[in-house]
Amino acid sequence: MTLTVSRLKHMSCLLLAVALLCICKPTFAENDESTLSTEDVLRVVLLRDYNTRVVIAGTGLLGLSAGLIGSFALLRRRALLGDALSHATLPGIGIAFLIQALAGGDGKWMPGLLLGGVISGGIGTLSILGIGRLRRMKEDAALGIVLSVFFGAGIAILVLIQQMEAGHAAGLESFIYGKTASMLGRDAWLIGLAGFIASLIAVVLFKELRLLCFDAVYARSQGFPQAFLDLVLMALIMIVTIVGLQAVGLILIIALLVIPPAAARFWTNRMGLMTLSAAIIGMFSAAIGSAVSALFPRLPSGATIVLTCSLIFLVSMLFGFTNGRVLHWLRRIRLHRTVGGQHLLRAVYEQIELAQETNPELKPETSVVPVAAVLAMRSWSAWELKSIIRRAEGEGWVVWLPNQTLRLTAEGLTRAKRLAHEHRLWELYLITHADIAPSKVDRDADMIEHILQPSMIAELERLLEAETPLGQVPPSPHPLSAELIDSNANQSTRRKEGRS
Amino acid sequence: MSTNTSMQRNATGRSNPTLPLSVYDLTVAYYRKPVVWDVTFDVPAGKLVGIVGPNGAGKSTLLKAIMDLIPRTSGRVLVFGDEYRNARHRVGYVPQRESVDWDFPVSALDVVTMGLYRQIGWLRPVTRRHRERAMWALERVGISELAHRQISQLSGGQQQRTFLARALVQDADLYLMDEPFAAVDAATELAIVEVLRELQSQGKTVLIIHHDLQSVPEYFDYCMLLNMRVVAFGPTEEVFTQANLQKTYGGRLTLLEEATEAMRQRGKTL
Repeated sequence: MTLTVSRLKHMSCLLLAVALLCICKPTFAENDESTLSTEDVLRVVLLRDYNTRVVIAGTGLLGLSAGLIGSFALLRRRALLGDALSHATLPGIGIAFLIQALAGGDGKWMPGLLLGGVISGGIGTLSILGIGRLRRMKEDAALGIVLSVFFGAGIAILVLIQQMEAGHAAGLESFIYGKTASMLGRDAWLIGLAGFIASLIAVVLFKELRLLCFDAVYARSQGFPQAFLDLVLMALIMIVTIVGLQAVGLILIIALLVIPPAAARFWTNRMGLMTLSAAIIGMFSAAIGSAVSALFPRLPSGATIVLTCSLIFLVSMLFGFTNGRVLHWLRRIRLHRTVGGQHLLRAVYEQIELAQETNPELKPETSVVPVAAVLAMRSWSAWELKSIIRRAEGEGWVVWLPNQTLRLTAEGLTRAKRLAHEHRLWELYLITHADIAPSKVDRDADMIEHILQPSMIAELERLLEAETPLGQVPPSPHPLSAELIDSNANQSTRRKEGRS
Repeated sequence: MSTNTSMQRNATGRSNPTLPLSVYDLTVAYYRKPVVWDVTFDVPAGKLVGIVGPNGAGKSTLLKAIMDLIPRTSGRVLVFGDEYRNARHRVGYVPQRESVDWDFPVSALDVVTMGLYRQIGWLRPVTRRHRERAMWALERVGISELAHRQISQLSGGQQQRTFLARALVQDADLYLMDEPFAAVDAATELAIVEVLRELQSQGKTVLIIHHDLQSVPEYFDYCMLLNMRVVAFGPTEEVFTQANLQKTYGGRLTLLEEATEAMRQRGKTL
């Protein structure tokens, strides 16, 4: 079971990616007349063009490392620091461009621009840590201040550059929104290489980083240098952010760090698998996103990558195998149905018992119970009861006769007997061993009995041997009709417990 | 040995490698406001030491300062006659349960294995041998069948036992535990006490921050009453007195005292 689940987890990631590709394809086709030719689509999808191939591979590696490192950042609660860091790179990029242009070269020499980004990003991060150390300053305030001030300064410098017309400034805005279309083969190589190295460091330090993320104080008590490990993690975030600027843009790079691990968390409870899944999700989102952006030259790749990412997140949140919502709902519905079916069988059985009190000759196999009587037993609505009966009929437990009466089948009777038996054992246990008054006991028994395990039933039978002859349904410790009165008084509470 | 003589020995600065823990004139301050004041004490080997005191008395701070987790304003700490950083391998730490995020995606076994990371060393992987050792530790605290559960699916008591197992797996000689009995079920409390007795029988020393005054005489043979300063430290029967408790808890004790007395009365009538 666990094996298949984990295999499914991996497969699902692959399938998702394929499915997304399929979704993307028809969209291209619709746009054929306006901007795209079939030739273009095929070129990108089949990776015919060398440059496209390199760009998609490079951004894919970037997504992989972002997902991987983002997992640590998220678990260490440093994700927003990455966001502030990416915003803080902008003034550095602008200044680097100015220097390079004034020095007479092409202002857009990539390594120089990225170095500028690293320097101002580093200064920004240090300022956050410094401001955070001040008294009466919380870290989120420090983050907000640095993020906005640096970004504002960056925008101002970019506008300045455009007015000076020093060098060819067009394309610098691709650092803000991301644009793979303007990416050269050698940029993609740089991105891929940096992503690969960052991933390698994270994998090698997996054990130490896991300890840091889970319990930093304990790590320190064990002699692991917390400050150094945090620095390594920050450096890794920095690498991914800086090389990701061109592909995703500084506003949205945070998404590539946060969304894949957040999505992966829905599929697994193991950190190793989570980081792996996050890496895969990140890789596919980045690759698909940049491919789509390559098809539409005016569409920033940051946006397409983030949208792909969030689509995967949505699917994960709904269908994740361990923490997905649908699974959660299904479990609740299943429990709800089990409880409903059990309540029905016991209610019918107790009605038969009541009838037997006046007519001891009555045989449970042949006796019929009016639906109205069952409806009065509990607080279910007529509609609710109807659907419960329909399901029980489907299981072959009851027969709904045309004159609005119910008859238990042989199997239904066996089941009903067992349920009544367990219910009353539990009631007896509560009365004799847990000091609960008989008038209260039915409701308490009601809540627990649906989750009683066979071993617990055996234990109960052993405990209560004296009170109940083996193999027989013990009599109810409280008058059965009490439920009728009780049900009106406690309607709202009962309704709740039936659903829980 | 009495507190007095140990103070004198400390003052001469001689270190004693058989003494698990020797604290001399320790002061810790946050933002220049002292939290722990001039604390001096020696813990003899093989003792279970309970540390009690009101909230904010500096109990956790004291443990953290011993392990160099927070800077000391003044004073000296010797662990087996050496600086903590040289004796680290002989100290096991059980932090407060609330100090971590229990939603973290790891299993109980993963958490316990973390106690071995220092021994395993940098960059080396966790092997089967380590996991077997971690299983042994989980067995000792009685939850080996929950080893592969994600830690959020454990009850509070089971989480506390996981933390205890993480310290046990280190096979240390001195254990520092920050409220291992806080909000645990009766079964866990029993399991922890059993482990403590076992440790003591192996000659290990344990310092435990404790809240339940009533169980102090039962659990601990040594006791420290702390309220920023050490009010009293020594064998429980000598120092765990009404007068010392009054000094430690001040006015707040009266209520506590009444409650404890009421509990005792009820225990008699039942």
